[in-house]
Amino acid sequence: MNSRPVSILLYLVVMWLIVQLAVNGAASMGYNWQWYRIPQYILAQTDNGIQPGELVTGLVRTVDLTVRSFLLAVALGLVVALLRLSSLVIGVAVATGFLEFIRNLPLLVLLYLIYYVCGPVFGLDRYTASIVCLAVYHSVLISEIFRAGILAVSAGQWEAAQSIGMSRAQSYCYIILPQSIRFVLPPLTGEAVHLIKSSAIVSVIAVAELTTMGRNIISDTFMSFEVWLTVAAIYLVMTLMLSIFVTRLERKFSVASR
Amino acid sequence: MTQPNPIIDIRGLNKHFGDFQALSQVDLSVETGEKVVICGPSGSGKSTLIRCINCLEDYSSGSLIVNGVKLSEDNRDIRVVRMEVGMVFQQFNLFPHLTVLGNLTIGMVRVRKMSRTDAEERARHYLERVHIPEQADKYPEQLSGGQQQRVAIARALCMEPKIMLFDEPTSALDPEMINEVLDVMTELAATGMTMICVTHEMGFARRVADKMVFMEGGSIEEIAPPEVFFSKPESARCRMFLDRILVH
Ligand SMILES: Nc1ncnc2c1ncn2[C@@H]1O[C@H](COP(=O)(O)OP(=O)(O)OP(=O)(O)O)[C@@H](O)[C@H]1O
Ligand SMILES: [Mg+2]
Repeated sequence: MNSRPVSILLYLVVMWLIVQLAVNGAASMGYNWQWYRIPQYILAQTDNGIQPGELVTGLVRTVDLTVRSFLLAVALGLVVALLRLSSLVIGVAVATGFLEFIRNLPLLVLLYLIYYVCGPVFGLDRYTASIVCLAVYHSVLISEIFRAGILAVSAGQWEAAQSIGMSRAQSYCYIILPQSIRFVLPPLTGEAVHLIKSSAIVSVIAVAELTTMGRNIISDTFMSFEVWLTVAAIYLVMTLMLSIFVTRLERKFSVASR
Repeated sequence: MTQPNPIIDIRGLNKHFGDFQALSQVDLSVETGEKVVICGPSGSGKSTLIRCINCLEDYSSGSLIVNGVKLSEDNRDIRVVRMEVGMVFQQFNLFPHLTVLGNLTIGMVRVRKMSRTDAEERARHYLERVHIPEQADKYPEQLSGGQQQRVAIARALCMEPKIMLFDEPTSALDPEMINEVLDVMTELAATGMTMICVTHEMGFARRVADKMVFMEGGSIEEIAPPEVFFSKPESARCRMFLDRILVH
């Protein structure tokens, strides 16, 4: 029961060591720390009063990007899972082909494919291309989560639904999926954490999210240590908050499922 | 003896699971209002037979006519038939995420397209019939096994089926709860419902059955009215089976 304080302590020790390492390393190479310049990139004092700084603008973009791609990924993942579990030969083939194709590509290559190849063909701007790329990439894992969640509902539930005359779609909608939610929700939130992290990759096509903002600031100011440490801290806060939420969720559902 | 216009007419039914033949040349006809009790050793194909009647299994060959509809691959026919056939399972199979009332109304609202108020009214009526009107707002896990099975019976009845199928409805129950379920089934039989029950509750069978069926190894070994079936069955296997279960 006291593993929680211990793990928090351990975590703080490790973080402290990393910071020490950075500080000492920086000192030994004669790095000129300019932490005082960082706050203006978080909240900027301008003529029009206090405005969000570049890092905060980037953060908002990252959140927006993550939320949109996550919603799309969930929808796509559900469709893929349902196709794979369907009795349609074509459906299964399409879903499996899609899964194998996406699963075996590096995320970066997928992004290039969507932005440089599909982009011109379908007229996708870089922001849309990023959303599509992240959604497609993560829909693969999400479809596995849905598949497992659907299969975890006992066959008797299908039979009971069918015996009162429900069609397959009705059975999914009113009986099976509502019961899958408790199996699906915790890993799904975990996947959202994963998505926040992989969203940084769209900085390579210059979408103005958190990582890109960080890079832009550095190219103006050369404060790479301060900026990257700050950017890392912002990601960490976001993912940690979600992770804590996941743990809560898992505990709640494991109690509820008994 | 050929009976006129049976509600269920099964002729030469065969069912294979891969190489294994679960049903072979099954013939059975059931009149409207008739009560049929099926018994037989484990693995003899009892469940498979009644699941075929509800299209939960498809069959390999033969013919199966339920309520005038010949069951085939056609999806639309299957749903038409299922709406006329209620099924009660050994494991209850209630919907755990819905209240008792939700379990009863969901089929009426979503499949029969009834209004929610009409559905609730009918649901309460059938809960009354199975003697648990006060449990309407509980979740299945809050009920005893006997109560859950009675909810399952009410759920099937809410669809107002012409035929009710029971697959060992009491064998997952503690002994003290068996009778409350059998009583409900006996009352249902008295209303003139057509019923096919797989059960080894022979007291119930004697009281209710018009026709006893004994299955063994995927085929029907004996069909007889209960008076004959229990006193002088033709098949030796059936006699052995009855001796074994009636001793206990
Ligand atoms: N889905 C299936 N796949 C393969 N074999 C099956 C399947 N369902 C049933 N069987 C086999 O078919 C035979 C008949 O099964 P069935 O469930 O109808 O028996 P039963 O008479 O209901 O037995 P019990 O009293 O144990 O419920 C059994 O030997 C069983 O192993
Ligand atoms: Mg059985």
